[in-house]
Amino acid sequence: MTTSIAYGPARVLPGEQIHISTNPDTEPFWEAAKERRLTACQCASCGQFRMPPSAYCPNCSSKERNWPTLPGTGQVFSYAICNKNPANGEDYVYVPVVVELDQAGGVRLVGNLTGCNAEDMHIGMRVEVEWTDICDGWVLPNFRVTDPA
Amino acid sequence: MTWSHQDKCAIVGVGATDYYLRGKSWPRTINDMAGEAILKACDDAGISVKDIDGFAYYAGASAGYVDKFDTGSLMETLGMSHVSFTASLTSGGGGVAGAVGLATAGLMNEDCRYAVTVMAVQQVPTARLGAIFGAMKPDPENSFLLPSGLIGPGHLMSVLARRHMHLYGTTEDVLAEIVMASRQHAINRPKAIRRTPLTKEEYLASVMLADPLRRLDFCLETDGAVAVITTTADRAKDCRQKPAYIHACAHGASRAWGRAFGWMGMPDPEFSSSGHQFVADRIWAQSGLRASDMDVALIYDHFSSMVLAQLEDYGFCERGEGNDYILSGKLRYDPATGRGVNGGIPVNPHGGQLSEAYIIGMTHILEAVEQLRGTAINQVADCEFALVTGGPAPIPISSLVLRSA
Repeated sequence: MTTSIAYGPARVLPGEQIHISTNPDTEPFWEAAKERRLTACQCASCGQFRMPPSAYCPNCSSKERNWPTLPGTGQVFSYAICNKNPANGEDYVYVPVVVELDQAGGVRLVGNLTGCNAEDMHIGMRVEVEWTDICDGWVLPNFRVTDPA
Repeated sequence: MTWSHQDKCAIVGVGATDYYLRGKSWPRTINDMAGEAILKACDDAGISVKDIDGFAYYAGASAGYVDKFDTGSLMETLGMSHVSFTASLTSGGGGVAGAVGLATAGLMNEDCRYAVTVMAVQQVPTARLGAIFGAMKPDPENSFLLPSGLIGPGHLMSVLARRHMHLYGTTEDVLAEIVMASRQHAINRPKAIRRTPLTKEEYLASVMLADPLRRLDFCLETDGAVAVITTTADRAKDCRQKPAYIHACAHGASRAWGRAFGWMGMPDPEFSSSGHQFVADRIWAQSGLRASDMDVALIYDHFSSMVLAQLEDYGFCERGEGNDYILSGKLRYDPATGRGVNGGIPVNPHGGQLSEAYIIGMTHILEAVEQLRGTAINQVADCEFALVTGGPAPIPISSLVLRSA
């Protein structure tokens, strides 16, 4: 609903500028990502998903967790279009996207979206995970448009 | 149910420094500016600064984004002999309106007699809010957010605004109107930072920082300080100014809002809301009032899109109808009648944070008090009730209804 700007191809931010940190609650997610396996934190008692991973299930207070392998697909819930690399202020078109993951009870992941021009992206697009190597040997899930139409 | 402390406390003094462009307040210090605001607020109230025995902060007693207030340091600076209440709401600017409620809690518990709420901001180059998240090393929670390059509040807010556009057909025209109305209100205000009229063309030419939000959709980056003094209604009678009674006040939010744009897990409709529904329901229940009973609304405007979302959460219009409500001119103050345009309730007749100054919400409380006293620059006629909102932000967010004496 805004004036259309021709941004061109949306790129993933360079992995060498991206850091994360983990704790014992979140580490299984990132260890799976190192193996290019997308998971999400699921309560082993009641089955409810939650992200980011946390100590207790907010539904039933259980601490038991499963880390199921997800299909790695989902759809765009919302996004922004940015045009400066936050690390250095240089021109760089990237699209931070909130993706609703398939087979994970509606939980979401935030990443970058690539695979078409930024101005052609829209809410509801189908996406699949694309892995980006980042600092300290970690791997970050980003997303690629599967059906640019 | 009516709030048992309704109208039992009042804001009796307000004080502010000049407002400066980001970083321009240097070499003044944070305590220099906070002290000026507090001393002016005491003078306004007709009390001695040494009468203050309570501090009710918000944002974890932060002073901007890297500085922090220390009550002992303020006492050493200003000379109070003792303090019997010193407390803060958690998180950030969401709590600004609720800090007055915190003051009320201290007063009604007879912990203190005169409570001050103060904010001072100084955005020197190492302390800019716009880059604050980018400067943080990701912690385990925001490692699920920051790698996407959502490094500033404007980035985060733009994701919510786009969802609102998707669900309800909201347009960039309405963002332009919010910014232009704010600017119109600031034109005759000597202290306002942006005082020149703004055209639609100028708005559209503003650089897109996080599509769909442009630079002009972001609030100002300014320095300065504002303080307000709250006391009991009995003591207010002996103060210099007409009291602004605390008619309703709430802070908090639902879990569906929670960490909000630090999380991005909110369901619809909360995702594209301002998160204010919970506190809105509380203040309307406390007071028996509703949005249409307000004479003026001071709506936290760190980003234009959040003005629209708050109007929907408070019921100035139905959810999803903010676009048409605002485009009909209803934010605007009409100097000819002293009321809103087209039957609307004037929003931010002080120009707000988009045009006047950004002191993390405190200018909204100051303006509400002046409106209820009848001394505002863009004075609303017969102003009896003023709504003040805290920033749409991670929990808590907050809300305040003030009533004229």
